[in-house]
Amino acid sequence: MVAIPSIVVIGLIWLPAISSVVLSFTRWNGIGNLSGSDFIGLTNYRNVAANYPPFWPAMTHNLIWLLVMFFIATPAGMFLAVLLDKEIRGSRFYQMALYMPVVLSLALIGFIWQLIFSQQNGLLNAVTGSNIDWFGDQRYNLWAALVATSWRQVGYIMLLYLAGLKAVDHSLREAAAIDGCSESKAFFRVIFPVMRPINIIILVVTFIESLRAFDLVWIINRGRNGLELIATLVTQNVVGEASRIGFGSALATVMLLISSGFIVIYLRVVMKGDR
Amino acid sequence: MSNQNSEPISSSVPSAFLSSFMSSPMSRRTLLKGTMGAAALAALAACGSGSPSTSTGGATAGSKASGTVTFGSNQSDAVPKAAYAAFVKAYEAKSGVTIATNTVDHNTFQENINNYLQGSPDDVFTWFAGYRMRFFAEQGLAGDISDVWKNVSGMSDGFKAASTGTDGKQYFIPFDTYPWAVFYRPSVFKAKGYTVPKTMDDFYTLSTQIKKDGMIPLAFADKDGWPAMGTFDQINLRLNGYDFHISLMAGKESWTDQKVKNVFDAWRKLLEVSQPDSLGRTWQEAAQTLQKNQAATYILGMFVGQQFTAGADQEDLDFFTFPEMDSTIGTDAIEAPIDGFMMSKKPKNEAGAKDFLTYLSTAAAQEVYVKSDPTVIAANSKADTSGYTALQKKAVDFIGNAKHISQFMDRDTRPDFASTVMIPAIQTFIGNPKDVDGLVNSIESQKKTIFAS
Repeated sequence: MVAIPSIVVIGLIWLPAISSVVLSFTRWNGIGNLSGSDFIGLTNYRNVAANYPPFWPAMTHNLIWLLVMFFIATPAGMFLAVLLDKEIRGSRFYQMALYMPVVLSLALIGFIWQLIFSQQNGLLNAVTGSNIDWFGDQRYNLWAALVATSWRQVGYIMLLYLAGLKAVDHSLREAAAIDGCSESKAFFRVIFPVMRPINIIILVVTFIESLRAFDLVWIINRGRNGLELIATLVTQNVVGEASRIGFGSALATVMLLISSGFIVIYLRVVMKGDR
Repeated sequence: MSNQNSEPISSSVPSAFLSSFMSSPMSRRTLLKGTMGAAALAALAACGSGSPSTSTGGATAGSKASGTVTFGSNQSDAVPKAAYAAFVKAYEAKSGVTIATNTVDHNTFQENINNYLQGSPDDVFTWFAGYRMRFFAEQGLAGDISDVWKNVSGMSDGFKAASTGTDGKQYFIPFDTYPWAVFYRPSVFKAKGYTVPKTMDDFYTLSTQIKKDGMIPLAFADKDGWPAMGTFDQINLRLNGYDFHISLMAGKESWTDQKVKNVFDAWRKLLEVSQPDSLGRTWQEAAQTLQKNQAATYILGMFVGQQFTAGADQEDLDFFTFPEMDSTIGTDAIEAPIDGFMMSKKPKNEAGAKDFLTYLSTAAAQEVYVKSDPTVIAANSKADTSGYTALQKKAVDFIGNAKHISQFMDRDTRPDFASTVMIPAIQTFIGNPKDVDGLVNSIESQKKTIFAS
């Protein structure tokens, strides 16, 4: 029974991933068969690190992205979930409102934020009276993009966490209350540890989403001029006429290595828990 | 939401950019859609093979054309799409050949061109002249149509040269073209008593006056990454001449050459009179500042006119050539990208494809199209210009009198160099125009790795 899923996984995930790693050691313009590619060893990696100005900014931006998601957006989503779990009036409405950004199409999201951040006609500049070029100025555009992403991430995490909270046994809370726990203490000492599986999922979702962040900056300006991310650099090099397949694969491999690091950590934590 | 092509590859093709508010609504979803589109295209093309495509192999333009010819078009916007349909219909009625048109979103078409040409491409497809054409010809992905050119009339030698591959054979049929220049509104110039500047000194004198009058001397936008390439091209053509420009684009000159540094130095000076915050602005927004008389001039292709409403608004748009910077170089080199058609390497219906291409080279076919888009002109010199707008007529003279015509940076050089090196480099320069040495060193060292392959 495991054979068919394994074949699918190997064929659709491992083979492309491995061939991308192999390609990263070659120079190939994507035309003709692979035998037309030259093996050039680590040259692509050397060029990525030392001869490609957008690379290090992209690494930095991915890191900032991760930190903001981890320390701000995800905790905010969890906090909202805890609030909404209290069966306050209109809870359904709040859930829907907060989850809305996750459902909207990306084109629409890009448009919504354009309305807010546009320099000449944007809501933000109209209200504050400033004249900041939010999407064009390198000093601000990453933060503007992060606000827009957090807006989505909060709703996403909220829904995941809320589902987890609903599954927590009510008697646990009651027992904590009887023992005289304050509400925050009950959450951090009792509920949060019980939610461990969900916490790990949320942690992994946050990491993976931050590493492969792509769509929003691509909509804003195709990931250039202060919005470079590893995923946009891969796309710029591999897709389209550019066809620097080998070079782009080297970038993709760097991304693969970093995400594998997190996956290994995740697996270790999970296995340790099962023991 | 079609737009920007390019792309990652930028495209200097206007119709792709018609769409509005966002710079590049390109997501993984549209990417996927793109690949699906390509697959569908391939399937359609494969269907084409089943139809009565009789005379394959050894057919020449002279032999009788019949059957079905597949035609890959990237004109996905409504107006040009209808114009394409109109000349296709005219051709079908005239020849008895059936044309199966597969229209693909402009961006998607460009992004998938590699896969498209290696799969089962349509017999005839839209593409661009210059390096972008020669590249596919060299890779053996385009069909030799030198025999079609024997029947072509009304095309200048310049257009023939732009259709010729490195092996001396022709692979391309020019269809329409448009100039890059400095656009302005004659009504504003007249009201304020400005005169068209001949030299760069004149331009700076004029700029001081324009500033005093409370306008922006030169509109500027580079959010999409490619429009500023046009400014580089203009300065380089004026300072260093056509031959150096083309050879620099071909990777034969060093970017650390003092001549290139001079271009960036001159550009830094130009930035002082250019609209600030250009990296957050699309060319459409910059064109609107010209349209609303907030800016006095704008360096762009003639497609700037798409942001003007037809009629009086569009008639109040004129252009002058980029001012002279060195009297020994002059202003006889201009930039005018050519769009047109190519034949795939193994067309299902070669005789039909060649017959259709011959038709596309004629004034009759091109007239139908340029009527729909008053920001381009027909490539064929025999085309009837009586229906042209004043701007189109001026463009005909402007291109006709030019001694040298370049295409555009992303058409004159390797696409990978243009998109992955030059777009970030130019945006870095606009953000920090002071560090020219660091910039050209970085471009040169990246160029060496790219042009090595």
